[in-house]
Amino acid sequence: MAETLLKVEGLQAWYGESHILHGVGFEIGRGELVTLLGRNGAGKTTTLKSVMGIVEKRTGSVTFEGKETVGQPSDSIARLGLAYCPEERGIFSSLNVEENLLLPPMVRPGGMSLGEIYQLFPNLQERRRSQGTKLSGGEQQMLAIGRILRTGANLLLLDEPTEGLAPVIVQRIGEIIRQLKGRGFTILLVEQNFHFAAAVADRHYIMEDGHVVDIMTAGDVKQNIGKLQAYLGV
Amino acid sequence: MFELIGIPPQALFGQLLLGLINGAFYAMLSLGLAVIFGMLNVINFTHGAQYMMGAFAAWLMLGILDVPFWASLVLAPILVGLFGVVLERVMLKRIYHLDHLYGFLLTFGLALVIEGLFQWKWGSSGAPYPNPIPGGYNLGFMFMPTYRGFVVLAALVICLATWYGIERTKLGAYLRAATENPTLVRAFGINVPRLITLTYGLGVGLAALAGVLAAPIQQVSALMGTNLVLVVFAVVVIGGMGSIMGSIVTGFGLGLIEGLTKVFYPPASNTVIFVVMALVLLIKPAGLFGQTK
Repeated sequence: MAETLLKVEGLQAWYGESHILHGVGFEIGRGELVTLLGRNGAGKTTTLKSVMGIVEKRTGSVTFEGKETVGQPSDSIARLGLAYCPEERGIFSSLNVEENLLLPPMVRPGGMSLGEIYQLFPNLQERRRSQGTKLSGGEQQMLAIGRILRTGANLLLLDEPTEGLAPVIVQRIGEIIRQLKGRGFTILLVEQNFHFAAAVADRHYIMEDGHVVDIMTAGDVKQNIGKLQAYLGV
Repeated sequence: MFELIGIPPQALFGQLLLGLINGAFYAMLSLGLAVIFGMLNVINFTHGAQYMMGAFAAWLMLGILDVPFWASLVLAPILVGLFGVVLERVMLKRIYHLDHLYGFLLTFGLALVIEGLFQWKWGSSGAPYPNPIPGGYNLGFMFMPTYRGFVVLAALVICLATWYGIERTKLGAYLRAATENPTLVRAFGINVPRLITLTYGLGVGLAALAGVLAAPIQQVSALMGTNLVLVVFAVVVIGGMGSIMGSIVTGFGLGLIEGLTKVFYPPASNTVIFVVMALVLLIKPAGLFGQTK
């Protein structure tokens, strides 16, 4: 594995009274594409939110480039170089497409330019004056991904980017994610769609009940397909 | 001279001008309330007191330091806005996660305390503020005092500038986005708590600016904001909570409606706005420009 970019150890998280994560641990090396797999309610989304610092309460350790982030507010965490694309996409309806794209501030040098992002997502350029939430589901997903590429963040946290989208769009998003990896982005991906995840990821962490219960590299998946299907209940 | 439906034109246009001036204050004040409500989720009942503080700041600066009106127009909103910033940092920020009712109680209580203090120190009879642009124009159909014309124009400029700032600038985009989803905006690296403080300071500064503009027209008195703010809340409800353009249009519109009522049926002029409010709530509960969530 390459130099560690993100290291999560003993991460616990709560929403109000409910204790969701019970000591999650995993690592991502620079330039890797890692997925969190698991059934609904296993704690994948909460893990992403906890890394980003937007759960009510979290303990344990999350280090990014060696810096501890637990105890810091989410705006400071983002400024270290993490960018988050939420499951519900979070497109702002009072902003047009271009305003949505330009909203996240630069946190580091070296982000993609608006032109490069439009090259990647030509639809967004055509509709740049439309209200953000008037786009189709697929376009909104592209907008949600596109707007975090400008900031210079080098770790992208993508929460189910293929959810509810038509197969042809899912394929397109898969290509884009591979391109982003090719550009050197490190990506932590949460997915329900295992076939999609298997096609793009270097490694998979399998989660159950707020723990990481297994790790598989892309090479392991073929031999262990039965075990994986049992984990995911498919 | 011509007559309209038995009304002398001097009376009609005089009341229309008065309506426009009242409308200018409704618009400026409801604008600040709308911006604050959108961002803080707090209905700022201290708004009338902050408007009064703006007028007092100008009056005191003139009396003690001989600061001219035009300088007060800039200085008073800054001073009162900074007071708002302190208020937000020390008190308001502790109640955002609670029900609206707590925000109401806190800001209403603060208004009572502030107005009480001013009343205790300066009494409630009020003090005059000299008109910075005396004189006027005879427009043929009516006499137009220059300062009043200036107030209407200034209010329009202030309203449009605020609208532009919110709808067309980067800071405005942060504000609009944070109004919708503060958690996500913060997770993009924007210091949302600071943005909230700034918004409150700006909203309060806007109220103070209206207060300075009002000083030469009204008496500067501790309770000058109390009655006004009630009408302004009706304006905000009619326009739609949190809508910027709605506040501006409704503010001026209702001022005019009030003025016309004074011409045609004076006894109803104090209630007409509340009648409009009741009707709008019946037909469009989210307000004329509001969006149902």
